[in-house]
Amino acid sequence: MEAAKEINTKMKKPSYKSLLVENIKYRTLLTKKYKEKKAYAPKDIKKITAFIPGTIKKIYVEKGEKVKEGDKLLVFEAMKMKNVIISPMDGTIKQVNVKVGERVTKNDILIEFN
Amino acid sequence: MGLKQKTADLKKRMREAVKGGGSKAIEKQKAIGKKTARERIIAILDRKSFHEYDMFVKHAGKDFDMDKKFLPGDGVITGTGTMSGHPVCIYAQDFTVAGGSLGWAHAKKITKIMDHALKLKVPLIGINDSGGARIQEGVNALAGYGEIFYRNTKASGVIPQISVILGPCAGGAVYSPALTDFVFMVDNVSKMFITGPEVIKTVLGEEISMEELGGAKVHSEITGNAHFYAESEEECFYQIKQLISFIPWNNEKKAETFPKKPPKTRQFNIDDIMPADPRQPYDVRKVIKSICDDSEFFEVQELFAANIVIGFGRIAGQTIGFVANQPLVLAGVLDVDSSDKAARFIRYCDAFNVPLVTLVDLPGYLPGIDQEHAGVIRHGAKILYAYSEATVPKITVIIRKAYGGGYIAMCSHHLRADFVCAWPTAEIAVMGPEGAANIIFRNEIKNAENPDEMRKQKVKEYKNKFANPYVAAAYGYIDAVVEPRETRSFIVHALEVSEQKDETGPKKKHGIPPV
Repeated sequence: MEAAKEINTKMKKPSYKSLLVENIKYRTLLTKKYKEKKAYAPKDIKKITAFIPGTIKKIYVEKGEKVKEGDKLLVFEAMKMKNVIISPMDGTIKQVNVKVGERVTKNDILIEFN
Repeated sequence: MGLKQKTADLKKRMREAVKGGGSKAIEKQKAIGKKTARERIIAILDRKSFHEYDMFVKHAGKDFDMDKKFLPGDGVITGTGTMSGHPVCIYAQDFTVAGGSLGWAHAKKITKIMDHALKLKVPLIGINDSGGARIQEGVNALAGYGEIFYRNTKASGVIPQISVILGPCAGGAVYSPALTDFVFMVDNVSKMFITGPEVIKTVLGEEISMEELGGAKVHSEITGNAHFYAESEEECFYQIKQLISFIPWNNEKKAETFPKKPPKTRQFNIDDIMPADPRQPYDVRKVIKSICDDSEFFEVQELFAANIVIGFGRIAGQTIGFVANQPLVLAGVLDVDSSDKAARFIRYCDAFNVPLVTLVDLPGYLPGIDQEHAGVIRHGAKILYAYSEATVPKITVIIRKAYGGGYIAMCSHHLRADFVCAWPTAEIAVMGPEGAANIIFRNEIKNAENPDEMRKQKVKEYKNKFANPYVAAAYGYIDAVVEPRETRSFIVHALEVSEQKDETGPKKKHGIPPV
């Protein structure tokens, strides 16, 4: 009931936006979830990111070092598991963004390749 | 001891039990705007109808000195009573007794009242207010949860199951409400999550408050776990009473019929609600209110996936489940959340003999990478499954746009709607005119001297020919084209003639819906 009231008052001054579906622009309200959705970013193979929040336990490589696909890059502990992160490709390390013992959150960039 | 003394002894024992966790614990409960477990039961049931069971049950803990403790009723109150004169089974966890924690005897009381409800074929109402498993009772507490979940599943679709979250409900405990039909939550009182803020902080380093993680607002608006949002316990109890008036007592009964009442046509004039231009918004709930008895519509999951509207109303005294696209929000598209929301409601109505009325006005499915990656294919399929599977009377009214896959999904004849009518404003087509003209006349438009002019002309041509209900009517895909003001009588008649509907499919154990 209260929630309904809230929606009703909102409807007095609706802030309509347009939504495009199959080349037709519709006047409509947007949901909170729709407004907060993140734009899609294609995965950049040259950036190693944290897939989950956790702690850096060990780093095997340094800036400028050449690595082969499958080489160990670092050990990353999350959910009580020690995850060994390996190189997805042959390449040169452009930068190591973390230190041993550092806590990182999800999607933080840990290592970048040239 | 004579009878008098024995009676006095009984009264003394009852007084002890009713004290629950004692005055201090009760004060604490009240300070945060919460009622006690018994007060809650009494507030929901008819006056003086509550009969308590198992008041003298003792807890089963033996380790960690638990055997020396007295826990009145073992932290849960169970019993039977009536609502509007009809019987129900009910339980309420008592947070004042050991934090409402669930031990073996506590679970046994709940499962006993659940078995009772299933045997008596009456609704079960569970009020959750518990700190979780009683750790001192170890694996017996886990067994208790498991026994409850099993019964929730067995009773699903047989008796209505209602969960009321009036306190914390965390960890494994959340799965009992999740398995039930309707979940009620109250702002600042209810909290539901699998792992709480503390665990999230220590394990993941992310900080969030309990309310932001799993409060009533979050579950009503974002996750869809809750069906009803209230700002106080009183409002929540009122919502429960309203819901109960719309649903049948079990799957062999129909919902109680009420005296029929005409809609409030002055307030909700069906001819004035909808703009004819399919790109303009309006509130489809007004159309529902212009059709149902006394213009009374009881909405379910109002805040979640608001691009589709679901809920109960009555037509000629009979409970109806309404499903309607909402052009006011996200143009009324189908997406992951709205498909989930509608599909579950359709299955609820089908299980409990509630006829379905579907109002159609949608441009199709929501385009986007996020939708595709969130699995809009398998989620969208749930609506197709639910409508095709449903054997209750299915009545569809196409009021404006019905384009492409959206047309099929919204209870078209092809999914075995019993009656489909369309308003003269209906546009039943493979896609919107702009999109269709661009594809069909691609070469003409590209090679024209003035492509924009040509596009406009071709869109107009397509619109004139296909943006109407008569192409579909010519194939018999709709049964009738009706004026908006004839909608109610169309539905009333459809309900009358489908009174004896009895549809059975091929024999099977159960289907495999894209859950």
